[in-house]
Amino acid sequence: MDFKDYYAIMGVPREATAEQVKQAYRKLARKYHPDVSKEKDAEARFKEVGEAYEVLRDPEKRAAYDQLGSGPPPGQSFRPPPDWGSGFEFRGAGHAGPGENGNAAFGGDASEFFESLFGRGGFGRGFEQGAGHGGFGRTRRDRGEDHHARVTVDLEASLEGGTRALTLSVPAMAEDGRPQLRQRTLNVRIPRGIQAGQHIRLAGQGQTLPGESKAGDLLLEVGFAPHPLYRPEGRDLYLDLPVAPWEAALGASVPVPTPGGTVELKIPAGSRAGSRLRLRGRGLPAKEAGDLYAVLQVVLPPADSDSARAAYSAFAEAAPFNPRSSLGV
Amino acid sequence: MAPQENPALSGPILEEQDEFSITEICSICAVEERQILELVEQGIIETHSVTQWHFSASDLRRARISLRLQRDLGVNPAGAALVLDLLERVESLERRVHRDT
Repeated sequence: MDFKDYYAIMGVPREATAEQVKQAYRKLARKYHPDVSKEKDAEARFKEVGEAYEVLRDPEKRAAYDQLGSGPPPGQSFRPPPDWGSGFEFRGAGHAGPGENGNAAFGGDASEFFESLFGRGGFGRGFEQGAGHGGFGRTRRDRGEDHHARVTVDLEASLEGGTRALTLSVPAMAEDGRPQLRQRTLNVRIPRGIQAGQHIRLAGQGQTLPGESKAGDLLLEVGFAPHPLYRPEGRDLYLDLPVAPWEAALGASVPVPTPGGTVELKIPAGSRAGSRLRLRGRGLPAKEAGDLYAVLQVVLPPADSDSARAAYSAFAEAAPFNPRSSLGV
Repeated sequence: MAPQENPALSGPILEEQDEFSITEICSICAVEERQILELVEQGIIETHSVTQWHFSASDLRRARISLRLQRDLGVNPAGAALVLDLLERVESLERRVHRDT
């Protein structure tokens, strides 16, 4: 598995004090928190930072981690040493996590690296934590807790609706009372028009705590796998639409793929690269249908024949212009 | 061994639900009622009826964001309220820029 350099992830030197580590965490958490961050991969980075902080803020874990040195030479895979962890006691459930309220902020999957070294402890996987509790909250409810899980489906599942087989890792309670992970495969109807980040509410499929008679719900957060044509954003879809230079400059009617079939789109004369043309109602079929935006990409025809080269030269002569004028050259 | 047929489960889109009771909000957010009441006190979410507490899907979204900010970034409820307002302004500005591009 890949070695994780937690010091590099947090941008602190190996000799950093606990206070320096904490300051670094605060800055990075603010920068990458998915609810407020505009950075690419914010969520992945946030989890990575959370995991690094989880290790570096705990004197025991940090000491154990420091023993590993700076990891294997590049290209070599990492394996925990055979006597790993001997002499250390890693606190598990109930341990205060990175969040200021004492909860594991990287509620999703910890990396394989982290798991192999520090075990599962009380960190709920793919599971939103209740505040104030690490691991499994023992609050009394009149029904079982709701389960949360993230699933990735193909975009067609939302465009057309359909049933998909989804495999979840679900925390459960073993007989000895310790938390463990179980695999669970469900056949789920994906509602037509569902957007990324929305949840499918499966009544009664949530966890049943020991002693509870009524199960909570299972809330599946939907995410989409990358699609060859469309980029979903909310209920809208974005499509990069290549056009020839004359189509953009002079205007044209061009075929465009849409989820509902190919349509003819009028490109206005004088269009520029990056222009967005809206096809109303051709986005995700949500309650209120989204739109499809065709983003123009001007593509140059190759100058691979005498006539093409002649045409290019004629064009250069006929319409001289300086594309670099804004650079002052 | 004959393959087991898994009956297809179906359910509604949570965010399209018309209203949520406070118990549902607590369950979905996996928090105690006290924390939801705190959000109401701060004006982060509002109940739409006095006798029975009903919240909208938009309230649910605001509640989840607030709770995550509190949990992950140590923001207090008053700070979370401010962040939500600013986020809304940013989103509205981004939509405007988007339109005019």
